[in-house]
Amino acid sequence: MTPLLQVSDVSKFYGHRIGCKDVSFNLYPGEVMGIVGESGSGKSTLLNCLAGHLTPDTGAVQFDTRTDGLRDTVTMSEPERRMLSRTDWAFVHQHACDGLRMNVSAGGNVGERLMAVNARHYGDIRDKATDWLGRVEISADRIDDRPTAFSGGMQQRLQIARNLVTGPRLVFMDEPTGGLDVSVQARLLDLLRGLVREMNLSAIIVTHDLAVVRLLADRLMVMKDGHVVETGLTDQVLDDPQHAYTQLLVSSVLQV
Amino acid sequence: MNDYNFAYLDEQTKRMIRRAILKGLAIPGYQVPFASREMPMPYGWGTGGVQVSAAVLTPDDTFKVIDQGADDTTNAVSIRRFFEKTAGVSVTEATADATVIQTRHRIPEEPLREDQILVYQVPIPEPLRFLEPSEIETRKMHSLEEYGLMHVKLYEDISQHGAIATAYAYPVKVEGRYVMDPSPIPKFDNPKLEMDAIQLFGAGREQRIYAIPPHTQVVSLDFDDHPFEPTKADHACDICGAEDSYLDELIVDDQGGRMFMCSDTDYCNGRRAAGNAGTQSIPMEATE
Repeated sequence: MTPLLQVSDVSKFYGHRIGCKDVSFNLYPGEVMGIVGESGSGKSTLLNCLAGHLTPDTGAVQFDTRTDGLRDTVTMSEPERRMLSRTDWAFVHQHACDGLRMNVSAGGNVGERLMAVNARHYGDIRDKATDWLGRVEISADRIDDRPTAFSGGMQQRLQIARNLVTGPRLVFMDEPTGGLDVSVQARLLDLLRGLVREMNLSAIIVTHDLAVVRLLADRLMVMKDGHVVETGLTDQVLDDPQHAYTQLLVSSVLQV
Repeated sequence: MNDYNFAYLDEQTKRMIRRAILKGLAIPGYQVPFASREMPMPYGWGTGGVQVSAAVLTPDDTFKVIDQGADDTTNAVSIRRFFEKTAGVSVTEATADATVIQTRHRIPEEPLREDQILVYQVPIPEPLRFLEPSEIETRKMHSLEEYGLMHVKLYEDISQHGAIATAYAYPVKVEGRYVMDPSPIPKFDNPKLEMDAIQLFGAGREQRIYAIPPHTQVVSLDFDDHPFEPTKADHACDICGAEDSYLDELIVDDQGGRMFMCSDTDYCNGRRAAGNAGTQSIPMEATE
């Protein structure tokens, strides 16, 4: 089976400081991978390198494209990379305001990716937007409201709808539940889990919340100071941590 | 003779602007940056258009200025007098007699010829500006031809108003490549953008020049199920009776009385001189 994403020896430096160093892994279709670690451990740097927002200093990020098979997204041309990022890739930001157009209605936000790939029929775009709002549990009568009139949880769900409308195969998520209260978090996770299974999505989720990866991720990668210190199946890593830092991380979770 | 260099600007500046114009003509719809100069008028009064006109004028040219279709408003009169004084060119109000026409907000009703140049004053040249505030990002979108966002604006129009409500500065795609803001002309004028004359657009404050060469394809953006429609007031001109020209609506009293008249004053006068009359027109001789 070809991996969907093949990451080999990706390193990113900020001057002399390490962003992330020598990260390699394979992600297979339908697989959800969690990246956990404390603040400043290089999780977001790595995610941005993978998603093409940052250029890694060394290494290759090979993506299994629909037409040409495995292609290195680091060396491919910018138009190709941007085309990927609005068709086969999706990026869910921690703050919805980074991922949404706040002065455009919910329907327009969902429709933007469709129009970016040359959808030119208003009725179709609107039907699709309505459908997707329904799938993320936003009622259809809010379609013409702007995201500024939405709650934090709704904004996050709208962002997910906007990203998934073109049927991507790989979703990057940067702390998708950060800043939401626990009950809203639980519903969002439930929704995400359903969508990931239903659409057979592959996803890379960066988070510091171990409960999120416990629910969503098949595999886990633990990062510390820019290095990957432990990888494995989620249950294995969380229930039987081997590295001293992972042990500390797992034992730091507050029990209610 | 006067103390100004011909058409106010120095020769080096005019060469710089001409280079930008040539580049703009070579890449239809592409916004060429240029070193816009301070002009003796405020930004927003047509500093971009004036610089372009200064660069293309020759002593043999006949110059006409239109402001919202009219030749006799403050902006039009002051710019016309500016070039009368600094370039000594002859001026006219007749569209057919002019070789260089500077305009704000309108394209003349009378079709232009190959030996004419139409210069537009442009306030904001970037059609994507109100959706994407970053200039770096909009330039990238132009270079990679990522114009989905332009349709988001039209989508918003339909979702709010049931139809594309953008009535002026209606975005167009030039020669299948660049999306362009045609300056704030009414969308009624959009079909006229495919014409025989050279069209030059100057934005002074934003320091951009762009152009449409003659006979260039200009397509107004739309949706398959909401096609582009040029609109005007559903009325005939009350002065000359024209049914095919763009109309201004005038409130004439406090009782809600109103009348419609051609926004293109030269076109209206020409029709009246040819003997046409509208429902409220006074006979030609009585006005003199």
